[in-house]
Amino acid sequence: MSVTELRPRTPAETALVSLAEATGSGEDARRAAIEALRREGLPHRRIEAWHYTDLRNLMGRRLGKDQAIEALAAKEAGEAETVLSPLVAGSTVVDLDAPERASAPEGATIVAGDELADWHESPNHLDRPVDTVRLVNAAFGARAATLAVAAKTELAAPIELRSGIGAQSHSAVRVSVGDGSKATFVERVEGGGSPAPSSAVSHLSIGDGAEVLWVIDQTKGEAAAHLGQLNVSVGADATFKLFLLNAGGQLVRQEVHAVTRGEGSEIVMRGVNLLEKDQHVDVTTTLRHTHPNTTATETFRNVLMGGHGVFQGMIKVAREAQKTDAKMACNTLLLSEDGDFSAKPELEIFADDVQCGHGATAGEINQDHLFYLMSRGIPAAQAKALLVKAFVDEMVEELEIDEALGEALTAKIDAWLEKSH
Amino acid sequence: MLEIKNLHARVADEGTEILKGVDLTVKDGEVAAIMGPNGSGKSTLSYILAGRDDYEVTEGDILYNGESILEMDPAERAASGVFLAFQYPLEIPGVATMTFLKTAMNAQRKARGEAELMTPEFMRRVKASAAELKIDAEMLKRPLNVGFSGGEKKRAEILQMALLEPKLCVMDETDSGLDIDALKIVADGVNALRGPERSFLVITHYQRLLDYIVPDTVHVLYKGRIIKSGDKDLALQLENEGYGQIIGEAA
Repeated sequence: MSVTELRPRTPAETALVSLAEATGSGEDARRAAIEALRREGLPHRRIEAWHYTDLRNLMGRRLGKDQAIEALAAKEAGEAETVLSPLVAGSTVVDLDAPERASAPEGATIVAGDELADWHESPNHLDRPVDTVRLVNAAFGARAATLAVAAKTELAAPIELRSGIGAQSHSAVRVSVGDGSKATFVERVEGGGSPAPSSAVSHLSIGDGAEVLWVIDQTKGEAAAHLGQLNVSVGADATFKLFLLNAGGQLVRQEVHAVTRGEGSEIVMRGVNLLEKDQHVDVTTTLRHTHPNTTATETFRNVLMGGHGVFQGMIKVAREAQKTDAKMACNTLLLSEDGDFSAKPELEIFADDVQCGHGATAGEINQDHLFYLMSRGIPAAQAKALLVKAFVDEMVEELEIDEALGEALTAKIDAWLEKSH
Repeated sequence: MLEIKNLHARVADEGTEILKGVDLTVKDGEVAAIMGPNGSGKSTLSYILAGRDDYEVTEGDILYNGESILEMDPAERAASGVFLAFQYPLEIPGVATMTFLKTAMNAQRKARGEAELMTPEFMRRVKASAAELKIDAEMLKRPLNVGFSGGEKKRAEILQMALLEPKLCVMDETDSGLDIDALKIVADGVNALRGPERSFLVITHYQRLLDYIVPDTVHVLYKGRIIKSGDKDLALQLENEGYGQIIGEAA
């Protein structure tokens, strides 16, 4: 068989394939993915879904040097095991590097598996025919796990999924929550960095009338790269709430793709992106409304002391999805001239009786607000900090979640704000 | 307490001169009313006293207890005892009212070298002042001014004033947007704070407010200058005759 090389690989792509070959487990499962990665390479700015995150270029800066692989090998050997306490006390912790060791709470099961995400098609129609995040995930031999919560079960404590802990961590997890159940999942993405990215691909299926809160807590080290993707299908009259915190990492892409599977489903997505220095953080979401009477609100708030932020939000409303009510907003506070943010909200509507809206703002601290606080004796620096905190804390408040979890998230945000001011 | 001397000020961005030589003295314990038609510079004067940097002082000075405050930022002025009750208090989503009150009180105490207020004492003071102003606890649980009615916002301003215990209170059209019942509550709140060591600069369009907050002196501001000063009868004269007569005399 002869393979036609369409273009020469960049050094970064070659390095990434070598790394994939050298790391990970499950040879057979990932062989095809490695070949696809070799063939397709990394997406670049002319691929619409990656326009603002030119992965070929950005990975090139990380992997362009010969010593990258050696550095990685050394790092892997020397890396101590990370000991983390759960975000919320009492959570069931599932280490996705060893899912077989986790003990499931009552009403739930956890099994290790080998089913990887299908990278042959992308949930984002603006992407290539292969899905980049899933492809990298599969090529690096993601550890697969399946979690199931039975019907009519209310989990007392969150299940904390540690999917991206450590320099070289790749996980593929399938979560199903039965009809009428209630559960909270916390995806911890932490740990140090390596030239190659860690990755986490999750599939979440929410049963009819169920309620799921999914938290992604991404606070990776400042040299780390991470590719994350959460795919959600929301049952009839079910509620999906998301909180996404990006407060770390050097190169991060987090995708969230949600689709309704029945009437009356509700999607509530809130997120906070905190950027500084030369970070590149990209949040890309697609919401597909395919049934009548579904609602979605999606708001991201971004604070930039530097770095490059990206938000791409797509809301698609199918012809039959009448009475869809969907709103999307992306608000950015630019606190430094060194930061920039690209926001691309999109609506694609085929039904004729819907309410959809989007808005994107970017600006500095509201001078009227600042003057008001200062006129009460609050010094400028303290007043600014109060306003920045208020701007992002609102995202946590709007979710109306359990107090302990809300406080834990606010504490994470505070820690960043204090460190970066 | 306050001496404004030949104050000239313009909008920082565009350079339009708004105050064209204001001279005004307010003694300790005095309640001075500033009246004037729209566009005479009343609100500008209040913002400049509070230290808003949208305006630029080009000439003259503001002496507060004998010292110029022009180089002080709004927070420093507040800590030294200057308070501006806003015509349109701002809604600040995400900042809890109680957090704001405590932060402001303690920031001022810190600036003056006083110990921070402990929570029980803070709560006691807020409850006592809120009760007098008929502000219920639910209102205080909301973010600062968010969803407050016009009257609630004005009462919240007076609550802040009562808690911060300023020495010079500048009140910018505190009566605007108030019905008569709310006006009485606000005026009672202000009157309760009157004392020999606290002065007020009450800015208003209408004489009505001055029925409830009776001033010691009344000054007419027109085209950026004080064109006439008098006692409380001047306000009544304005109410009967309008500004035309006085403006005519000044010209």
